[in-house]
Amino acid sequence: MNTLDAKVATEIDIKTEGQFARDNYLSEHTVGSWLLTTDHKRIGILYLFTILVFFTIASVAAAMMRIELLHPAGGLMTSETYNKLFTIHGTLMVWFFLIPSIPTVLGNFVLPLMIGARDVAFPKLNLMSWYIFVFGGLLATWSLIRGGVDTGWTFYTPYSTTYANSHVISMAAGIFVAGFSTIITGMNFIVTTHKMRATGLTWFRLPLFVWSLYATSLIMVLATPVLATTLALISVERLWGVGIFDPKLGGDPILFQHMFWFYSHPAVYIMILPGMGVVSEVIACFSRKRIFGYAWIACSSMAIAILGFLVWGHHMFVSGQSVYAGMIFSVLSFLVAVPSGVKVFNWTATLHKGSIHFTTPMLYALGFIGLFVIGGLTGLFLAALSVDVHVHDTYFVIAHFHYIMVGGMVTAFMGGLHYWWPKITGRLYPELWGKLAALATFLGFNLTFFPLFILGYLGQPRRYHVYPPEFQIFHVLSTAGASILGVGYVMPLIYFIWSAKRGRVAGPNPWHATGLEWQTASPPPKHNFIETPIVTDKPYGYSAEKDVDLDLASI
Amino acid sequence: MGKFHLFPPEASTTARNVDALYFALTLISLFFITVIFLAILFFCIKYRRGSPADRSNPSSGSNLIELGWTTVPTLMGLALFTCGAIDYFRIERKPGNAIDVQVVGKQWMWKLQHAEGKREINELHIPVDQTVALTLISQDVIHSFFVPAFRVKQDVVPGKYTSEWFKPTRTGEYHIFCSQYCGTQHAQMIGRVVVMQPQAYERWLKSGEQTESIVRAGERLFHGRGCSGCHAPNSKFHAPLLEGLYRKPVPLADGTMVTADDQYLRDSILQPAKQISAGYDNIMPSFSGHLSEEEIMQLIAYLKAIGQQEPPQQ
Repeated sequence: MNTLDAKVATEIDIKTEGQFARDNYLSEHTVGSWLLTTDHKRIGILYLFTILVFFTIASVAAAMMRIELLHPAGGLMTSETYNKLFTIHGTLMVWFFLIPSIPTVLGNFVLPLMIGARDVAFPKLNLMSWYIFVFGGLLATWSLIRGGVDTGWTFYTPYSTTYANSHVISMAAGIFVAGFSTIITGMNFIVTTHKMRATGLTWFRLPLFVWSLYATSLIMVLATPVLATTLALISVERLWGVGIFDPKLGGDPILFQHMFWFYSHPAVYIMILPGMGVVSEVIACFSRKRIFGYAWIACSSMAIAILGFLVWGHHMFVSGQSVYAGMIFSVLSFLVAVPSGVKVFNWTATLHKGSIHFTTPMLYALGFIGLFVIGGLTGLFLAALSVDVHVHDTYFVIAHFHYIMVGGMVTAFMGGLHYWWPKITGRLYPELWGKLAALATFLGFNLTFFPLFILGYLGQPRRYHVYPPEFQIFHVLSTAGASILGVGYVMPLIYFIWSAKRGRVAGPNPWHATGLEWQTASPPPKHNFIETPIVTDKPYGYSAEKDVDLDLASI
Repeated sequence: MGKFHLFPPEASTTARNVDALYFALTLISLFFITVIFLAILFFCIKYRRGSPADRSNPSSGSNLIELGWTTVPTLMGLALFTCGAIDYFRIERKPGNAIDVQVVGKQWMWKLQHAEGKREINELHIPVDQTVALTLISQDVIHSFFVPAFRVKQDVVPGKYTSEWFKPTRTGEYHIFCSQYCGTQHAQMIGRVVVMQPQAYERWLKSGEQTESIVRAGERLFHGRGCSGCHAPNSKFHAPLLEGLYRKPVPLADGTMVTADDQYLRDSILQPAKQISAGYDNIMPSFSGHLSEEEIMQLIAYLKAIGQQEPPQQ
């Protein structure tokens, strides 16, 4: 920040001070006003704090694993402890952080604002979904307190049903319960998008984030019940010895894999689609341009949601399933990559003739594209049948899905959180620190996970806490990267807390963005809009030629 | 082993094909990464805020361009799919004329037995340049038999035979990993493949104490466990004869047909009531719990051996 900026900043400070909406959704401070709220914005914040708790526990588990893996012989912990750590990491990250992350926090907060509505369609159900989620989370935590689970997040049978001596049922119950919160959120978003749009807001005038949430919600509603069924069947077999999956009881262990992946592959798209929506918003805003290929991006979300249901068998190429089934799943997996590619090309084309502001959310969005491209392309290696036979269940898979889940989804979540932070809190975070954090996560992430591709092709299987010594160098690099990544995640935590209290007042629309959410005060009033907005044009009516300076110097 | 490598040793015929596709995929990925990253970098510099670039008449879409970048990746995807599928088909089809090895996975070790009867634990000795076919089964949870140097992997499933084959091209020692998480000591369920010159392999096979062949062991079980009491031409019980049975179609009591493969033989021993041969009563007792996985494999090996003989006249 140079002195000129600082001077301007002070002037703006004075001018915008009055623009902090005094009477807003955060005005009430009692505990009851939070725990009994039906305001979608407050529920979004309740979710933010809840998933942050699980993200922290799961990250600590990951950090302990990375430290253990520094030495080929391990030595810090027993095999049993290590197995429980990766199970904690996987289950909590997937079901208690990634799946709820963008939909329940950013989606809950901005979806009604984006479509000009006062709230979601079913505000009380929305609050109920949070309570159900917390209850599910407590069950999962109960399972950890009692000693944890050692099945991996995949719960493969018959290990999980007959052989594991850990607290499988309480963990399965936690995930089962949390699933209902996902279903309710999905249903709420679908109805909200159908019924609550402002006058003039036709489907093809919807912001792309709304499209991505809509596609995500369809998957949530259709896939999650299958997971619930699967987990219930595990419990039935484990509790009463009813033969479903264990061949000794007359069951079929491969059946479990079909059921599990029928949910869990679409779940991958639950995790990435909302991130893609965030990136579409951010890229358009900070390129100051109408997004390139709007309809293609919107339809690609739907294509991903539908095709995503038809590729589950690519997790099972070496399970002994039919060769011909493998071929169908392989070709469909190549096809599902196409709509993801379409999005990347359109984002890139949006930059053309833009007026690009390298703000913190934009850095996260650009980082997302880079990491998602690598994650997506390495997905093709896994879709290719013969290569998958070699890399299946190795670190190559670990690297690939972390590029999508962490490089993609978490980066997009951070980008979205920074993008809407001024709307959520009414205040700006320190821009320089934001940029440094974006840079640290990008570099730290690559150092953590890129070596794992090489390690995977060398043959290192996943879920090994001792390994042949020739693999050590890659583990050391990865652990070093993880420490940088950790710094990149802790930094926003600190400056967000600081900025929520002391950050510069943002005003209604610090980014000069076009979405409806920016047409109301920051923080928004309890019912979002003083006057119900009317929409007359397509979204992203930006102009690069008539760009304005954003003043973001805030310290 | 012990040195720094970027690629695993390429020690089987399959490895060459898999690596070729891997490199092709890497090149294609690098191509897309370069194009996308360069485009982003170029636009980010040229169109950074305040730059003097021409921003007039920006485009917000073109169906022609969209069709282009939809079609080209689709066609490339289909081509890559075909390459992967052809090799996969080869990997999954067990070739004839192979050295047969029976593999039983259990928490947390590999038990292997050669056709000649020689047993190994967590080690597999094989000759170079000869096809080796494994028949695998687990006696508890799912495991996976993975030899990175050969680029092959196959899940080892309880209750179900799977197969895996490779043709080593280089002598040496290579890792065996269990790659499917199987419980506490999963990471210790490792071993090595020793690929030897054929003469050395013959010497190794004859070393140590002499064991009976798998077929011979199966024959002993066939008589010792009472199978021959019923499945014999002069038996007083009406039971099907097993000579000439292997790989032949078997008519079942419910009117369907089934091929008498390994899985059918296994199921008939353990769950005889599951598939009743047409014209026979459901009188066979289950041997589930009375035979180990190794013994079942030996019995099947014997049934295969007599299954290729001419069926006797009853």
